[in-house]
Amino acid sequence: MNEAQPDCRNQRHTMNNMYPQVLFKNRHPDRIATLEEYRAGGGYQALTEVVTRRSRHEVQEIILDAALLGRGGAAFPAGRKMMTIAADAPFPRYLVCNADEMEPGTFKDRVLIHADPHMLIEGIAITAWAVRAEKAVIFIRPEYENAARILEREIRIAAAAGYLGRGILGSDYGLEVVVHRSAGRYICGEVTAQLNALMGRRPNPKQPPPYATEKGLWGRPTLAHNVETLACLPHIVRNGAEWFKKLALTPTGAGTKIFAISGKVKRPGCYELPIGIRLSEIVEECAGGMLDGSEFKACLPGGASTGFLPRQHYHIEMDFDALKKAGNRLGTGAIMVFDHKTCLVAATLNLMEFFARESCGWCTPCREGLPYIRDLLARIEAGEGEAEFVPMLEEMKVHLYRSYCAFAPGAAAPLESLLAHFNEEIQEHIRGKRCPFKKEPGPEAAGWVKPRYIA
Amino acid sequence: MFCDGAAALAGRASIRDVNCLDLLTATDIMLPKELKERLEAEIKHVEHPRELAVDVMFAIQDHYGYLSDAALAEAAAMLDMTPLELDELATFYTFTFREPVGKYVIHVCDSVVCWMNGYESVKDYLSRTLGVGLGETTADGLFTLLPVCCIGYCDRSPAMLVNRRVHGELTPEKIDEILETCRHKAAEGRTR
Repeated sequence: MNEAQPDCRNQRHTMNNMYPQVLFKNRHPDRIATLEEYRAGGGYQALTEVVTRRSRHEVQEIILDAALLGRGGAAFPAGRKMMTIAADAPFPRYLVCNADEMEPGTFKDRVLIHADPHMLIEGIAITAWAVRAEKAVIFIRPEYENAARILEREIRIAAAAGYLGRGILGSDYGLEVVVHRSAGRYICGEVTAQLNALMGRRPNPKQPPPYATEKGLWGRPTLAHNVETLACLPHIVRNGAEWFKKLALTPTGAGTKIFAISGKVKRPGCYELPIGIRLSEIVEECAGGMLDGSEFKACLPGGASTGFLPRQHYHIEMDFDALKKAGNRLGTGAIMVFDHKTCLVAATLNLMEFFARESCGWCTPCREGLPYIRDLLARIEAGEGEAEFVPMLEEMKVHLYRSYCAFAPGAAAPLESLLAHFNEEIQEHIRGKRCPFKKEPGPEAAGWVKPRYIA
Repeated sequence: MFCDGAAALAGRASIRDVNCLDLLTATDIMLPKELKERLEAEIKHVEHPRELAVDVMFAIQDHYGYLSDAALAEAAAMLDMTPLELDELATFYTFTFREPVGKYVIHVCDSVVCWMNGYESVKDYLSRTLGVGLGETTADGLFTLLPVCCIGYCDRSPAMLVNRRVHGELTPEKIDEILETCRHKAAEGRTR
């Protein structure tokens, strides 16, 4: 890891995408886009325009009109969030770019940074300018060391070209951008926890108020956005809100979305597609369909904090609105596909294990509730389940909503959907006193499960 | 670092047991001058020293292999924090180690995508090959085996990290190759 090298292997499945490529337009199979390439495609025009000709209010209005929803999982309107930084808010103000991306199944921000770092840097500069933040911090997970090095290098290049630093493009506005490495914990993706982490405090979330936009980093107004959200900014400013909305296939949606698909499909990877594209099209056209011998059973449509989307929604339009109507969430757009041979009780157990381990332990419903749920599921999976476990799970699930932050309610989503859509599967475990998906131990059981990527 | 050996035997290294510092000679707990000066310069450059807590812990851990009580105390002093405050962080994060670990720390991803694509096989193979279970270090002090939550390489699952560097699409052959490279580097006196 001496040199910041592009992570080229993750881009090998660049497909013949028939849809407009906005965020991935400069994506190369084997390297990052240079500043020159980014500029050649109109890069930094939006920043130049805003600092020389637009008012801050105008920029905030465009983002609001574009109906850009936060891409980090919560889907909060980005324009509205920007506007919560009051015009008379004290200085200094901060912008935090969340590149922590620890939601299981999610790897879109890594691919985006490796494809076109300047798009993110311009997005940061425009957003910071719009709220007059003088410092931006990119909070990045330690597993993404290559991405961190790429960003540090490209930030220097952008500063040398006059896009960052003092007096950006001849204006009186200055912005410093730094990269902050985390030491790895899922909860650091939660904004109040992330701010604590940035301040060298134990990253427990804090319940607002005060909100980060009022009293955030070092007690100052702080705006926090996800990588993909920020990368949309230059395009919206340059092409307008209407253009952005029309990128979506559904009237309720706006823009494109990077879908990171993984699991039992032939070509896992990241694909930029219009919001509102059908799930079946992503699975079949982009990801090359299910693995041979596998049938689609369910998917988690947007990370571990979303619910299992059963087969009946296979043709659902992947839009924040449509998923909401189906009682689910688009989350981060990380689609994890399960096939008919995968036990969803075991999958939920795995997810609960994850949440129980990653809980910061601060509040009781989360700290105590998750291990309790995990143990019940473990017993069901091991064939020791009893009929009353199901109402116990139902009850415990409700407690998860009484926690301080969104972590435990997120953990409730897969459990809730397991209980709602796959109750029969749970019952089968309990009745048969064994997991129906587990084969009898045979000679192959102790051997190696051959990874499917190896021909 | 004998105080940590004692603390480890007692169950858990404890920074509150500051008396053990007295047992150490000054050279035991002193960072090399060059590293210390570099870190101090970086700290001087930022507005709030403690914002560099993770960077400093990583640098010191890279030097000593883990965060001993003495190392943690020294780092805390540089960051203008109490040892207890820094220990709150050191015990929180996945990639900071308060107990001795092997030269190569292997983190096997056990989150849902790797789980469905063969995590068990990877873990079992590593366990058998290295002769250690999760949370253990090989007798030669080379490898520590740990589980880790999703590392963001689901498109290349099953995946693992070796000293925070990712290796994906794992097969027994590939794992053998990775371990061999580590052993080779260790024999040459390199870590990474």
